[in-house]
Amino acid sequence: MDTIFGIPTQALFGQLLIGLINGSFYALLSLGLAVIFGLLNIINFTHGAQYMMGAFCAWFLLTKLGIGYWWSLLLVPVIVGLVGMLIERAMLKPLYKLDHLYGLLLTFGLALIIQGLFRHEFGSSGLPYQIPEALSGGQNLGFMFLPNYRAWVIAASIVVCFATWFVIERTKLGSYLRAATENPALVQAFGINVPRMITLTYGFGVGLAGLAGVMAAPIYQVNPLMGADLIIVVFAVVVIGGMGSIMGSIVTGFTLGVIEGLTKVFYPEASNTVIFIIMVLVLLVRPAGLFGTQR
Amino acid sequence: MAAKQEAAVGVTGAHGVPQHHRIAFALMVALLLLAPFVVYPVFLMKALCFALFACAFNLLIGFGGLLSFGHAMFLGTAGYACAHAAKVWGFNPEFAILFGTAAAALLGIVTGLLAIRRQGIYFAMITLALAQMIFFFWMQAPFTGGEDGIQAVPRGMLFGLIDLSKVMVMYFFVLAIFLAGFLLIYRIIHSPFGQVLKAIRENEQRAISLGYRTDQYKLLAFVLSGTLAGLAGSTKAIVFQLASLTDAHWNMSGEVVLMTLLGGLGTVFGPVVGAFIIITMENYLAGLGQWVTIIQGSIFVACVLAFRRGIIGEVGHWLKKPL
Repeated sequence: MDTIFGIPTQALFGQLLIGLINGSFYALLSLGLAVIFGLLNIINFTHGAQYMMGAFCAWFLLTKLGIGYWWSLLLVPVIVGLVGMLIERAMLKPLYKLDHLYGLLLTFGLALIIQGLFRHEFGSSGLPYQIPEALSGGQNLGFMFLPNYRAWVIAASIVVCFATWFVIERTKLGSYLRAATENPALVQAFGINVPRMITLTYGFGVGLAGLAGVMAAPIYQVNPLMGADLIIVVFAVVVIGGMGSIMGSIVTGFTLGVIEGLTKVFYPEASNTVIFIIMVLVLLVRPAGLFGTQR
Repeated sequence: MAAKQEAAVGVTGAHGVPQHHRIAFALMVALLLLAPFVVYPVFLMKALCFALFACAFNLLIGFGGLLSFGHAMFLGTAGYACAHAAKVWGFNPEFAILFGTAAAALLGIVTGLLAIRRQGIYFAMITLALAQMIFFFWMQAPFTGGEDGIQAVPRGMLFGLIDLSKVMVMYFFVLAIFLAGFLLIYRIIHSPFGQVLKAIRENEQRAISLGYRTDQYKLLAFVLSGTLAGLAGSTKAIVFQLASLTDAHWNMSGEVVLMTLLGGLGTVFGPVVGAFIIITMENYLAGLGQWVTIIQGSIFVACVLAFRRGIIGEVGHWLKKPL
């Protein structure tokens, strides 16, 4: 049992694991994008930059203030989310009555500014971030070696994704949110503060990106451009899944990560492009996306 | 009825071209004819290529209301095709440019058929993703030279007669291409096709109910825009004797959006002004490293928040004549 389809099992499971890790980040990021889009009708181009900010924030807390990984996991999403809420109040709010494309342009400009500032300050080489002690080492599963930290990332992101799904689809707060997505004016008429809800939703979506950044810091190097190319892939994930359903984003994110990982084993030349090719196929068959509704 | 419409648009000269457009165009041509004797011509050629690129982009967003975030794929693809034809196959520059433009047109048809299946924000995301796919394709393709690009592309002899290695000759050749492209876009905008495009931008449902097949109009606009962007990319490859990945990167797609936004979305002359300003800025600030990106981002934010008409849009608004 050393090979499957002529591929060494070590390599196969190794890439499968990397695929699941990437999938975790696709799921977390596309989930945030979907939540924001649902209420604000804006595609948050700054999402990649905010994910990068999360990683830098964790690095800063550790090296300058001595605050470790576990506290970062709690603090960073709050910090990044608060910065996001400031941006929403100051800049996005005046755009809601305009064409939604202006929101895309604004957040693209913000992403350029943030990435430029971080590159100016930190250069383009990566900064290392230590894996927390409790999660160092790994398990030998017999057929492969599973690093503890990677197992933790996959488990944690699944939990976070499903918790988000639960809050939005199964709680009272979530029902307000879904109602406001359908008809904000009517929800406001029932006495719910919709503008505040919009701000908090943006903060929450952005906080998810920050959380993904903290979890990514020990795996990928902390780099000002770590979110720049990733966000384009996440856009493709969003197009494939469609933005109609929360569960859709989660499932699509993980599945595409795994497919990408498997492509690295069987046909490495296409591993960069496979998600885009799947997007093309989905557009041909189901333009609204796998879980989406055309609108 | 017709007379009323003309009065609304402004004083109209022969062939239905408004007087103020003629004046602005004459001014632009005069400036561009004199400029190479004052300013470094290679810089002007770069700016002209980007001006044509921005005009082509504006045809789609300004008049069709479709925001493409992947126009670099046309610039980059045409550049590679043109450079390969000129260097490896020994095409004359005019045929190399035509070949590059045709390659962009073909790409426009394929990607357009996919992208027009969704509207608005999805259209932007799909074009961005498709352009990223094309970027990776060129990065891995065997004949593009990877990070180095295709270097030392010969400028060659135009029509086998005129030596383009002389910088002034090259400049006026580029100027001729730019003006031809500009006038073609002007013609397209003011044709019945352009009017239908504007109708689709304003209200697609109504255009459909009036019996227009809006998908075909949008596809044609996308292909025309991509083709003209390809013309700019091919010309750029001949001017700089280089086709590289920079032209196919998403940064470039963002830059052309910025040029058009700054000059004025949906104005005739705005993209030209925007392109000249951005290229000048990059030229002077090149030594400042990351500050270029930061300033670009700030211009984006400022334009969106306070300055949505853009420079030429504001001037036109002030003169009460759309430029």
